[in-house]
Amino acid sequence: MTQAATPPLQRLLVIGNGMASVRFLESLVRLAPDRYAITVVGAEPEPAYNRVLLSALLAQDVTHRDIEMKPREWYAAHGIALRTGARVDRLDTQARIAHLANGDAIPFDLCVLATGSDPIRLPLPGADLPGVMTFRDLSDIAIMDAAILSGQRVAVIGGGLLGIEAAYGIAKRGGSVALVHVMDRLMERQLDVAAAAILRRQLERKGIRVLLNRSTAAVTGETAASGLRFADSSDLEADIVIFAVGIRPSATLARDAGLSVNRGICIDDDMMTNVPGIFAIGECAEHQGTAYGLVEPAYAQADVLAQRLAGREAGFGGMVLSTNLKVSGVPVFSAGDFMGEPGTQSAIMEDRKAGIYRKLVFNGQTLTGCVLVGDADDGLWYLDLIRRRVDIGPMRRTLLHGRDIAQATLPAAA
Amino acid sequence: MAATSPKPPCLQQPEMAQSVRTTCPYCGVGCGVTVTPDGSGGATVKGDEAHPANFGRLCVKGSALGETLSLDGRLLHPMIHGQRSTWTKAVRYVANGLERVIGEHGPGAVAFYLSGQMLTEDYYVANKLAKGFIGTGHVDTNSRLCMASSVAGHRRAFGSDTVPNTYADLEEADLIILVGSNAAWCHPVLFQRMQLARERRGAIIVNIDPRVTATSAGADLQLSVRSGTDSVLFSWLLVCLAARDAMDIAYVENHTSGLDLALEAARNIAPSLEVVAGKTGIESSDISHFVDLFVARQRVVTCYSQGVNQAIQGTDKVNAILNCHLATGRIGRTGCGPLSLTGQPNAMGGREVGGLANMLAAHMGYSVPEIDRVRRFWDAPRMAQGEGLKAVQMFEAIERGEIKALWVMHTNPAVTLPRADAMRAAMAKLDLFVVSEALASTDTSLAGAHVMLPASAWGEKNGTVTNSERRISRQRSFLAPPGETRPDWEHLALVGQKMGFSGFDYTSAADIFREHAALSAFENNGDRDFDLGAVSTLDDDAFDAMQPFQWPWRAGQLPRERFFADGRFYTPDQKARFVAVAEPLPAQRTSRRYPFTLNTGRVRDHWHTMTRTGKATRLARHIAEPFLSVHPDDAAASTLAEGGYVRIESPNGAVTLRVQFDDGLPRGTVFAPFHWTNATSGLARVDSVVHSFTDAVSGQPDLKATPVALAPVAMQSEGFLVSRTRIELPPWIAHARFTVPCGEAIVFASTLKPDALHGVLVNLLGEMPEHARLGDTEAGDFRVIALAAGNLQSALFVGRRRDSMALDWLIEMLPGENLDVSQRKVLLAGRPPSGGVDLGPLVCSCFGVRRAVIENAILGGAVDVDAVGVALKAGTNCGSCRPELKRLIADCASAGVDQVRTA
Repeated sequence: MTQAATPPLQRLLVIGNGMASVRFLESLVRLAPDRYAITVVGAEPEPAYNRVLLSALLAQDVTHRDIEMKPREWYAAHGIALRTGARVDRLDTQARIAHLANGDAIPFDLCVLATGSDPIRLPLPGADLPGVMTFRDLSDIAIMDAAILSGQRVAVIGGGLLGIEAAYGIAKRGGSVALVHVMDRLMERQLDVAAAAILRRQLERKGIRVLLNRSTAAVTGETAASGLRFADSSDLEADIVIFAVGIRPSATLARDAGLSVNRGICIDDDMMTNVPGIFAIGECAEHQGTAYGLVEPAYAQADVLAQRLAGREAGFGGMVLSTNLKVSGVPVFSAGDFMGEPGTQSAIMEDRKAGIYRKLVFNGQTLTGCVLVGDADDGLWYLDLIRRRVDIGPMRRTLLHGRDIAQATLPAAA
Repeated sequence: MAATSPKPPCLQQPEMAQSVRTTCPYCGVGCGVTVTPDGSGGATVKGDEAHPANFGRLCVKGSALGETLSLDGRLLHPMIHGQRSTWTKAVRYVANGLERVIGEHGPGAVAFYLSGQMLTEDYYVANKLAKGFIGTGHVDTNSRLCMASSVAGHRRAFGSDTVPNTYADLEEADLIILVGSNAAWCHPVLFQRMQLARERRGAIIVNIDPRVTATSAGADLQLSVRSGTDSVLFSWLLVCLAARDAMDIAYVENHTSGLDLALEAARNIAPSLEVVAGKTGIESSDISHFVDLFVARQRVVTCYSQGVNQAIQGTDKVNAILNCHLATGRIGRTGCGPLSLTGQPNAMGGREVGGLANMLAAHMGYSVPEIDRVRRFWDAPRMAQGEGLKAVQMFEAIERGEIKALWVMHTNPAVTLPRADAMRAAMAKLDLFVVSEALASTDTSLAGAHVMLPASAWGEKNGTVTNSERRISRQRSFLAPPGETRPDWEHLALVGQKMGFSGFDYTSAADIFREHAALSAFENNGDRDFDLGAVSTLDDDAFDAMQPFQWPWRAGQLPRERFFADGRFYTPDQKARFVAVAEPLPAQRTSRRYPFTLNTGRVRDHWHTMTRTGKATRLARHIAEPFLSVHPDDAAASTLAEGGYVRIESPNGAVTLRVQFDDGLPRGTVFAPFHWTNATSGLARVDSVVHSFTDAVSGQPDLKATPVALAPVAMQSEGFLVSRTRIELPPWIAHARFTVPCGEAIVFASTLKPDALHGVLVNLLGEMPEHARLGDTEAGDFRVIALAAGNLQSALFVGRRRDSMALDWLIEMLPGENLDVSQRKVLLAGRPPSGGVDLGPLVCSCFGVRRAVIENAILGGAVDVDAVGVALKAGTNCGSCRPELKRLIADCASAGVDQVRTA
């Protein structure tokens, strides 16, 4: 330091090196490059990667390089101390020290929890047998690669976004895969019946065996998984069982530290926990009762926190959610109130042969939800209309046909 | 579509072959056309420049004839009770049936209902079979609905059914008076000839019509006469002619009788200008102007049509007009005379043959010597002994069960007769119901025909027709007869032979023509106007080569252009008769219950029941659906909205039509076209509402003055169906269908909500293995696109209001093939990706120019009709749309820029 008078920088510790973490760091170093002495601790052996693209990596639609978010050099170039393969065991919010599993202690002035989420393993008989796994990390890809190559049969439990993407990745590689779902349709939290039916047909066309209304009672097998038994006593043979039944915020560290935790770590609009100076963003956090499991709100939270820590006005007011299924050839997009709450109105367009389904939900003169299957090009435009609560007025009857037509048919003055 | 890509079969144009000169099958103008067949069933059609009726001009209907030749919907085989049969069996069935009815009930239980679209030769054989061999006088024709009052008026005044003048007089006239004629739409080629007189010699055109029509736009003086009171106006004219010494006293004294009584009657009806103005609803100053014009201008042609004829006192109207021409001697002279404009291509031929209930044959009536003369000529075993029943009375006799056997040829009485619902029901009671038809299914054949005989259509038939100026022209065939179709005369001759009658062994139309011509000359020493002696011995080649000529053509003489300038009439004393006409009274007055008067008529691009014009895509879009014109003030008083629907009801029936405002209508009068049938529409068969009162002299029904009630119908849903194949809609849905390239379109409306109507209609589309759909309950939009192998098969759009842009777009896309996903998306959108522009209705059918395009051209500086023509070609072919162009120019000038759409 050439200027001795400069006060020491505030020490900022970021626990977790996932997508929210990187987004936060990017924003912060752009907005306030020299304000903090930043340390990032990540549990995985490598720096943050784009977890959203894991299934694409499995499917070999992308390569390992494609999903890397920032190289180590980037952290160094911005003066960020990156510690990978390091797990924080205990967080002392009073002393402002984080204790690592290897015994190291990292003191901080401010701390951001970006610990993400953990995949849920159903507490079923046999769930601890070898061959039973989840699909969350890069390390899981290696196991699945091996299973595909050795011709093992895979059962994916869970017909949500993650399960579908996992099954798609396996099927794309030529693996044998069954997708088991407890509900009567896939992605029931994002799709209505018609959209889910189209999605199912498209997935079956890609070689995925789809089993609906199957409640898994147990994983069978003596020494290793050999299949599933369902509540209706039917069976499915499988060498690998993947739980893709959901995630839960990774909040144990925060809970143990005495932070207010509900499902996730409770935060306010400034992303602050109940302890001043301790923040949480991303999938580990819970804002106004909602723990988001998607990247977009995580990014929004990261941006808000970065702005706050850069001394700017910002706030997170919650977010209309959208889902974008990234299975090539089966674009699926859903946002907002896609099912249609009582009092709302729906417009539906369907072309089964073309595999296209499109549903818009209106509340008066605003768009409040949408489901797009087969052609999701206009999804983000609809999402924008939903979020901004745009008075769609003259586009009410043409909106369903997409942006081009809806805007082309606006009165000339518009 | 790229120029190199092959067109779908329905849009392909094959190569051309040799041309044939023939005559247009539509109105009574009788234009010559030159047809060049393409060798695969189609043809191109042009006006025949050598034909004296049109000199090469054609209206839009005639120009589109080539589009109407498809065999879609044709009856190709004999049918008995709906089952395909053979000619042998069908002829035996008809012959046996006739013999049985004659045996049980006498020949008076047999009736023939013929058509002004039949050729003269067909007419002749029907008349001979009925009146000479079966022995019934019940032979009438749809001309009864069209021309009967003119015939009766002519006969009362002239002693014969003679049209004294010729079309060429239109170009020689200084004053042309149109009475009850929307010639601009119904006789466009003659209207153009009138406009020529107007431009070239400054002729003044007076249009006398309750409605302001397209014709008014080409007239100098519009007299909006109160419906039915034309004879008051012409009585006043007669009174004025007498008062102002404007009569031709010498002509009146030497060649007429009855003036005093006629004048006395006229003075009673029209005692003063004020009374006349009060009765007719015309401004006094306009009436005086009209009288001044008539007095000042010697060369006057008065053209009259259905507004005169189709009236309870139609014959009196005709005579009120003829009285004025007789009083001034302005008859049968160059540029002077009355000219009845007939609606059908061969109503005149039918009249010449005598195919009317009150005529016997060849302009002979039922006097004892005439019956005997015809009997001898035909060597007939069982002559009808007196006049038969006229159309309406004939069908009423069927209704009462007095007539047991009916043979309908080439006409659709279930649509066009007044009280059409009752008439349709009556036909179902017949013991023998024979229909000779070109089409497989008409409202009349569906009324319960026992036997259907497949008839030749225009282009296949061979023979002659006579136009409104007595000009006989050849209709020549240029297409091979499809299936087992035969010309009408063969139907009749086969049955005649089967019944054992001699004199029906004709081998050609020429054979029949010669016999017809010979009868006209038989014992005719100049005392009968109709005489074709000069052509009674033509050989077949000469008949084939026969050029258009005006009758009479007596042996050894030349054809005669005009009648009566010489003062020789066909009454016993050879003097014309003035007729004392009666005070006009409506057949039925409007009442509190039925406060409006329903007028009926035609639209520009359709003809009759659209069996032919309905096949031409370019004719479909000028006016694609039935409507009711209502004065805006009446509409407001009855809470009718423009574009909304109205139920029109009389004690006879009801229809439901779309409302169109027309401030050219008199208050209290509404207007609807009669073209739409059950085969082409639902709830739109207008004549089911019309009362069946007839003119006491002519028997012509009063089709233009039925008291009706109007009630708004709150349609909950509207929409359209565009389809490659015909799809039947339930008759309780208001709808109309029209032809489009590669298929047809139906527009409809219903009191059901959109989702419910969609539920009904989507079932009609049948199995849809490949389809796209849209549902939007709140907006009320329900759409289905059915495809097969990537080709659009049908598109059903149901909404709260019809989406005209979507209709246009789907019609445009129907011929498209191998549609990809993005194209399918825009089908459901009902819009091109650019969003599209509503171009409004079609104005120029010949060049397919639509209203918004014309409005833009006008805004862009096209200041008159010719300038619009230069810019867009609109109005430069048939000229039918020129009055509308004129009105658009006026509208744009008064409305300014803001009303005009952007294109």
